[in-house]
Amino acid sequence: MRGNGLKAAVLIACCWIFHPAGSDAEVLAVRNCNWCHGGSASGYPPAPALAAQRPQYVAKQLANFRAHTRDNPFSRQYMWGAARNLDADSVRNLALYFANLPPRAASDGVPSLVGLGQTIYQEGMPEANVVACVVCHGPNGEGIRDIPRLGGLDSTYLRRRLEQWNQGYHAAAGPPMISIASKLSDDQIEALASYLSFIK
Amino acid sequence: MRSLYSLQTDRTTRRARFAFPAGRVLKKAGLQVGLTAGILAFVLAGAVSAQHRITGSGDLQAKISYCKDCHGVSAQGFNGYYPIPRLAGQQPEYIENQLRAFTEHRRTNNIMFNVAHSLSPAMINALTAHFASLNPPPIGGAPRQLVATGRKIFEDGMPEVNIAACAACHGPEATGSGQIPRLAGQLYPYMIKTLSNWDKERGRNPTVPDAAAIMSPVAHSLNKSQIEAVAAFVSTLRSSRATPNTVQ
Repeated sequence: MRGNGLKAAVLIACCWIFHPAGSDAEVLAVRNCNWCHGGSASGYPPAPALAAQRPQYVAKQLANFRAHTRDNPFSRQYMWGAARNLDADSVRNLALYFANLPPRAASDGVPSLVGLGQTIYQEGMPEANVVACVVCHGPNGEGIRDIPRLGGLDSTYLRRRLEQWNQGYHAAAGPPMISIASKLSDDQIEALASYLSFIK
Repeated sequence: MRSLYSLQTDRTTRRARFAFPAGRVLKKAGLQVGLTAGILAFVLAGAVSAQHRITGSGDLQAKISYCKDCHGVSAQGFNGYYPIPRLAGQQPEYIENQLRAFTEHRRTNNIMFNVAHSLSPAMINALTAHFASLNPPPIGGAPRQLVATGRKIFEDGMPEVNIAACAACHGPEATGSGQIPRLAGQLYPYMIKTLSNWDKERGRNPTVPDAAAIMSPVAHSLNKSQIEAVAAFVSTLRSSRATPNTVQ
């Protein structure tokens, strides 16, 4: 993880040297994103895949980075700066660009945990007051409107996000994820992240 | 009330089944005399803990929070991948009947089937009373230009195609009564989905006929744009008062 962080930091530093300007801004912006988010934006841990992500979600997150309401350590370190100079048009165009790239499943979870993850995702655990993720995120984790796609994201990102809800980050995002994530154990988070990473 | 008891019986039976493996261990250890007592103790312990679960206010708060994770912080409804209906201000008797409808296979919904199975009758009473007491504003989102047409259908019906005024049963303010649901403030996409799929979701168990049969011909007679208009109208309705929060 530390190696990845360093790599990403170097790449981000490169991004700043080639500051986007004029008519090349659009192309450069996408290229800058791909430095960290991977070729075809299919993810490069710790940066999540953006390919096929919901455009409204991407736009909203970029706004949250700019407003500093998405405030976990990687967001502060990388995305606050990366999103700072994007205007409304760039945000819209980037979001649509990524939405139209084909998704590719990271498939990096623990295969033996997929069954448990699938049960929690599709059915929830009513006795433990854990709701079924499928109700909002869709039968294949495809998301809708500003509710993000989860299917095929890498398991380290998914696990980190589920842990962070419970660590006081993203408090400004509002309900219901803080409440939902607080009811999940470490093992259940691991299982969900594993299951989702394999969804194509 | 009779069906509430039968739900209770089902739960007790499931508990008793759980007790058997423990009984088997006792038997292997040669404590056959203890077998019956062991099962009895398990069932009784189960009954006592069930009683505790029902009355513990912490458990009720946790269950309310669980419901609101999907149905919205004020139970005002939420547009997820699927529209999740508003429960705020809903008639307690309607919610209770629908929860039984899920377990009795009268109403099709895999998620709510599991949820309904996890709720004791006493918990259902407490939850329905809580939701009835809430009265947040509607979440909105319906096309405004449809509201006037929807109001006309809701208040006057369409006599030419034999559709009664919705208000006749659901009340002039769409607050519902008993097993007839409140529609005021209900989510626009949820109303559309429900009216469009009526026979696929409701009245599914021919051996247990229910009030869904009343709505079936009405839902069939409404065309797509009429459904959208009625949905738009009721989704904008506020209610001036919270619903009486006890089962009649």
